[in-house]
Amino acid sequence: MSRSRRGPHPPNALCQLYSPEDDRLTVDAPRRLTILRDAPDIRFRAIARAGGVAVLAIMLLVGAFLAIRASQALGVAGLSFLTTQAWEPDAGAGRFGIAAVLVGTILIALVAILIAVPLSTGTALYITEYAPLRLRSALVGLVDLMAAIPSVVYGLWGFFFLQQSITPVSKWISQTFGWIPIFAVDGVDPDDPLASPTVYTSSTFIAGIVVALMITPIITSIMREVFSQAPLGEREGALALGSTRWGMIRSVVLPYGRGGMIGGTMLGLGRALGETIAVYMIISPIFVIQPHILQAGASSVSSLIALRYGEATPFAMSALMAAGLALFLMTLVINFAASSIVARSRSGQTS
Amino acid sequence: MSPTIIEAPFGEILDPTDPPVEPRTSLPERSDDEPRGPETRRGRGVRISDVLAVTGAAVSSLCVTALLFTTLAPLSGLLPFVVTAYLLFLVFYALLVSTDEAAPVVRDRVALVAVHSLAVVVFATLVFVVAFSLIRGADALPHLNFYTQDMSLAGPLDPLSAGGVLHAIAGSLIQIAIALAITIPLGLTTALFLTEVPGPFARFVRTIVEAMTALPSIVAGLFIYASAILVLGLDKSGFAAALAISVMMLPIMIRSADVVLRLVPATLKEASIGLGAGQWQTVWRVILPTSRSGLVTAIILATARGIGETSPVLLTSGFTAGLNVDPLHGPMVSLPLAIFEFVKSPEPTMIARGFGTAAVLMFLVLLLFAIARLIGGQSIAKRERRRERLERAGSVVHRGLAALRIRALAARLRALITEMQERSVARRPRDGVSARRGRSAPAFPDPAVAEAAPRPTPEDPR
Repeated sequence: MSRSRRGPHPPNALCQLYSPEDDRLTVDAPRRLTILRDAPDIRFRAIARAGGVAVLAIMLLVGAFLAIRASQALGVAGLSFLTTQAWEPDAGAGRFGIAAVLVGTILIALVAILIAVPLSTGTALYITEYAPLRLRSALVGLVDLMAAIPSVVYGLWGFFFLQQSITPVSKWISQTFGWIPIFAVDGVDPDDPLASPTVYTSSTFIAGIVVALMITPIITSIMREVFSQAPLGEREGALALGSTRWGMIRSVVLPYGRGGMIGGTMLGLGRALGETIAVYMIISPIFVIQPHILQAGASSVSSLIALRYGEATPFAMSALMAAGLALFLMTLVINFAASSIVARSRSGQTS
Repeated sequence: MSPTIIEAPFGEILDPTDPPVEPRTSLPERSDDEPRGPETRRGRGVRISDVLAVTGAAVSSLCVTALLFTTLAPLSGLLPFVVTAYLLFLVFYALLVSTDEAAPVVRDRVALVAVHSLAVVVFATLVFVVAFSLIRGADALPHLNFYTQDMSLAGPLDPLSAGGVLHAIAGSLIQIAIALAITIPLGLTTALFLTEVPGPFARFVRTIVEAMTALPSIVAGLFIYASAILVLGLDKSGFAAALAISVMMLPIMIRSADVVLRLVPATLKEASIGLGAGQWQTVWRVILPTSRSGLVTAIILATARGIGETSPVLLTSGFTAGLNVDPLHGPMVSLPLAIFEFVKSPEPTMIARGFGTAAVLMFLVLLLFAIARLIGGQSIAKRERRRERLERAGSVVHRGLAALRIRALAARLRALITEMQERSVARRPRDGVSARRGRSAPAFPDPAVAEAAPRPTPEDPR
């Protein structure tokens, strides 16, 4: 209630109550709260804060240590670290850099995302919208379980099964769509029936498929969570207006879950960029930029580290740390972007 | 209901002396004893035209694809055949549906088919990946020595009846135990910090932790290599590997525990604080018991991730073929690393061992998951319901116990009363009151508190 004394007051007795002396009543500041905490509470808060500080310190130390150890190699290489393709750290400046491995990493991750996102969207929609109710919780459990399957198992499958069985597909794609540069394969004669199929193995494409299978459950799990939160009222409204089920999905579920879809995709991208063992088992590493995704020879930062850390001299170790730092920063940026997109979307407000 | 004449037939003159004419229209009698629940949903039925459309599209797409592959186009191979047939199926199906449905319905049907097939592809492939490892590892799994021996005495050429993965199982368990000893206290404390001590600093920590959830595992390994091994001079050992796994597990655990803790209803916390409990008591007696199952799930999910990581162990511990149970000295191999080393060999027995190890690892993960589902699947309501069921089942035992409890209570009360009578008149009678209040029903529905205080039995008031 406003107690402005500027306006005309009716000259009655009530008005006398609001005398100018009552000025302090008009100040509308919240009362100061005093919180008295007893000793266990203070101890609890101190311990909890210490835990938070410790975790923050560990997380910051990861970046700090990598940066410190990498500084030696980065100091020698300078900007050529970003533009050089070869990896011979012991040969000195200008002979080692992450141009090739970084491009390789991004290519593998892109192939993985391009395969995984449609698959995950379809699976998540199936679980939330189409699956029979009795099956639903079992499928949710299955997807979560698949997300926890160790990556080395996917690597085994890729190495012992996919490597051989995907070759005809790679061959077919490269012969049909070879005019698109990334699908081209060098050094193979399509008319030679005896041509070795090894040119199609160990490629970016195969590594990408394996990583895609690895991240599909993760992305599916996030998307399913978001889709299932789409408001019931809006769903029913769309259906009541005569929408088909797909119309309802397109006009309610997908717009509602867009933030979660993007966020989940980027989280999957982060995992795809950092995947080591499954990729390491499949690719045959090369240190030139390999834009032909179907051709043998690919590279990724994490498999470079796993490959070279064993026989590394201290300086080469520092160079590997620099490569690890680059990977770390890249995933960090992608994760920050993902969480900010999720937090800003409608579906991300509650979680 | 009495018959009523709704409408006189046109042109007929009614004579009041005539017997009453049978009504042409009668209202159905409405009986009130019929149950009037919500109307059962109809429309899930399958029409013959739907079946015909699907079958027709399938047959025609198969025929056209066969024609394409055999005579018209230079195509071959199983996968191109399947892909072409599938795409043609979609086209034909859309065409067939569009003959008697509107455009939105056609889109709906095509989307339905597409979503179903995507889901089938994903589930079939994932199940195949798992089954592939199990089948390929089936040679190694039946040998008992696979679980009781290590590889120190078995070479790559030895048959499967020699050597095993005991060293990897032991290594994995030791490493994950150390990692859990580090991450559970630290992770849960931090999660509590994020929810219970909010503020700008907590928000900052949460942002950093969330960004770290996808920390590449090899970076965690590199970090421990750069810090613990190169700077602190630690050996390459199981302990270093456990540290690397901990760095990787911490953000995952904190994040999911944070989500679980934020789900604790505010009314429970307010009730606890309203009863005069401090923050620590609220956390210990209300928040942690309420979210216990979710917290266990968070821990187990992080464990499942940690136990399957290869690269941190590869960098910080190194490979060994022998059993090493000393986490502080010498390399200690874990299950994923053992798989990785086994399949590097071209020998079929080693590869079979690798797949067998993968089966063991997946079994471990599955076991962890089953435990998580068992604990995390039960809500408080479910737990209470189960306890009620148990109580009803064992009501005889329960009644006996209740009788004992009542007898003990009565004895205590009698003792209290006599004690009070013996005391001087100046003594305040509050002891008795507080003692009695302590035995009344708990004011807020927290299971832990309800368990801690003796719960009132039906016989109690009497």
